[in-house]
Amino acid sequence: MTLLTTGLGAHIRSASIRGKVKGGENSARSILFLVILWLSLFVSFGVLLTLIITTLIDGADRLDARLITEFPSSAPERAGLRPAILGSIWVIGVTAVLTIPLGVAAAIHLEEFADRKKWINRVIELNVQNLAAVPSIVYGLLALGFLALLGVQNKNIVIGGALALGLLVLPVIIISTREALRSVPVEIRQGSLALGATPLQTVWRQTLPASVPGIATGAILGLSRALGEAAPLLVLGALVFVSFDPNGLLSGYTTMPIQIFNWTSRPQAELHELASAASILLLGILIAMNGLAIFIRNRYQQRW
Amino acid sequence: MSTLTPVGGPAIQPGRPAVSLMSTRPRHGETLVRLVLRAAAILTILITIGILVALLVPSIEFFRTVSVADFLFGDRWAPRFADASFGVLPLISATLWTSGIALLVAIPLGLGAAIFLSEYALPGVRKVLKPILEILAGIPTVVFGLFALQFVQATVLREWFALDTGAFSVLAAGLVMGVMIVPTIASISEDAMSAVPLGMRQGSAALGANRMQTTVRVVFPAALSGIIAAIVLGVSRAVGETMIVAIAAGGQARMVTGPLEQGQTMTGFIANAALGDSRVGSLEYDTLFAVGLLLFLVTLLFNFISIRFVRRFREIY
Repeated sequence: MTLLTTGLGAHIRSASIRGKVKGGENSARSILFLVILWLSLFVSFGVLLTLIITTLIDGADRLDARLITEFPSSAPERAGLRPAILGSIWVIGVTAVLTIPLGVAAAIHLEEFADRKKWINRVIELNVQNLAAVPSIVYGLLALGFLALLGVQNKNIVIGGALALGLLVLPVIIISTREALRSVPVEIRQGSLALGATPLQTVWRQTLPASVPGIATGAILGLSRALGEAAPLLVLGALVFVSFDPNGLLSGYTTMPIQIFNWTSRPQAELHELASAASILLLGILIAMNGLAIFIRNRYQQRW
Repeated sequence: MSTLTPVGGPAIQPGRPAVSLMSTRPRHGETLVRLVLRAAAILTILITIGILVALLVPSIEFFRTVSVADFLFGDRWAPRFADASFGVLPLISATLWTSGIALLVAIPLGLGAAIFLSEYALPGVRKVLKPILEILAGIPTVVFGLFALQFVQATVLREWFALDTGAFSVLAAGLVMGVMIVPTIASISEDAMSAVPLGMRQGSAALGANRMQTTVRVVFPAALSGIIAAIVLGVSRAVGETMIVAIAAGGQARMVTGPLEQGQTMTGFIANAALGDSRVGSLEYDTLFAVGLLLFLVTLLFNFISIRFVRRFREIY
């Protein structure tokens, strides 16, 4: 009997009673139900496909080297994404440097050392879950308020954008790191402790190395979310005309999604075409990052 | 004497080792590192406090000029006009329309996808379909916005259906936002349904129920708290989504009375107002934070409801 042996998904194969019982697997209602389920998946995938195809059609003509090498310009045929690409690299790079160590440290504390019965640790846990669902634009407002508090006159600086995006990515990294640490079996820790390692040595030499693939996957997914995010940077005034390469933490910048938003909100059709071409580039980068994350997960994840 | 005293040996107290198993030499370096780890965890609470302070301080300034009642119940939003008015209802009406339409799309599609993946899909099919859903979740919202504006609004609604609508509508923004939320609802409800023990399905099948009946009458009710959590989180994402509505829903804050009208949502207002360079401390600047505070409180409420329900299904199974 398949009924008892297979796992989730294929567990109710009532082949032997098919057709004999009223309302069996092949009844009209059952089939209709399955058709509706299929439809709901196909509508989602259909929209995804339509989005990619229409963007490709709209932007294909401008998907060329100029898009990468040129600065934005009032003349659409000469405009490009160069400073926006460099700006994205700067902001995401600084975000990664700020958040990955912090997120991993917080996750190690919560998962390995924190006493779950203490109220403070419960509050932290609940808080991280909530932070992961705070609208991104609120993080922009927080960064804006913080920069105002420091008396920074020019809000449009790389470190400000990285701060806002860092707040957005931090909960994602904490949650995925915790899951990665949790998947390391407790016997590994016990074995290490039994050999005389201190709890911290156990984390540093056993638990953490074993969860690196999971942490890397989570970090890449979190950073790819930050790369596509525009709302918090919009609040920080990143929608500016940048005609230079950003070159430091205090440099002005714009990013790819902001540049796309900029071109989308103008009336000229040529700029919409540019926005589509830039979207294709951004989508390509993001899908590559997602693919890398899935590859790492499948290739290096240890099964215990 | 209650303690055992072996001849010539020390007293052994039951239940407690005579020698501590922990190292006797204090390791100051380790203590320091653990303090650093703890500080990193506590920082997350400081972020929440930071959000509250950053939003509250300018908001209090704002409510010194505008009364809370005028803000919450006024139906005219014109912060930049000479006769400025700060009734937030037009922004809320647009937010309700876009989020409502988005949920009408996202709930059936997300649940359908979740049921299929959890109850029907063979492992191989599942392995292919899930990453595609993850790609959908990874598409930047500006790209969704561009799609809503150029394809859904301009081509589908205006050309194909010849609907009487302008360059922007809450319908186009809501429809696309709905598709954006599908992966959120699908993945959490799928987790909840997969967590329902196999024994319950087998019991249902043994009583003669087919797979559809098992799904609808056994698995679905058993996973209900997780499904509600998924939907509530979807609401929170819809209310907080910015770029799609900023691009495709329009920029004029008026009461929205139908899906083909344009409207400015709370997030759309913040995004647009931030574009104008408002001076720190001006009323315009404070307005941004007052709306931000309202948005944060609404999503906070939904997030906590969602977390509550997730905990419940995790506790049962």
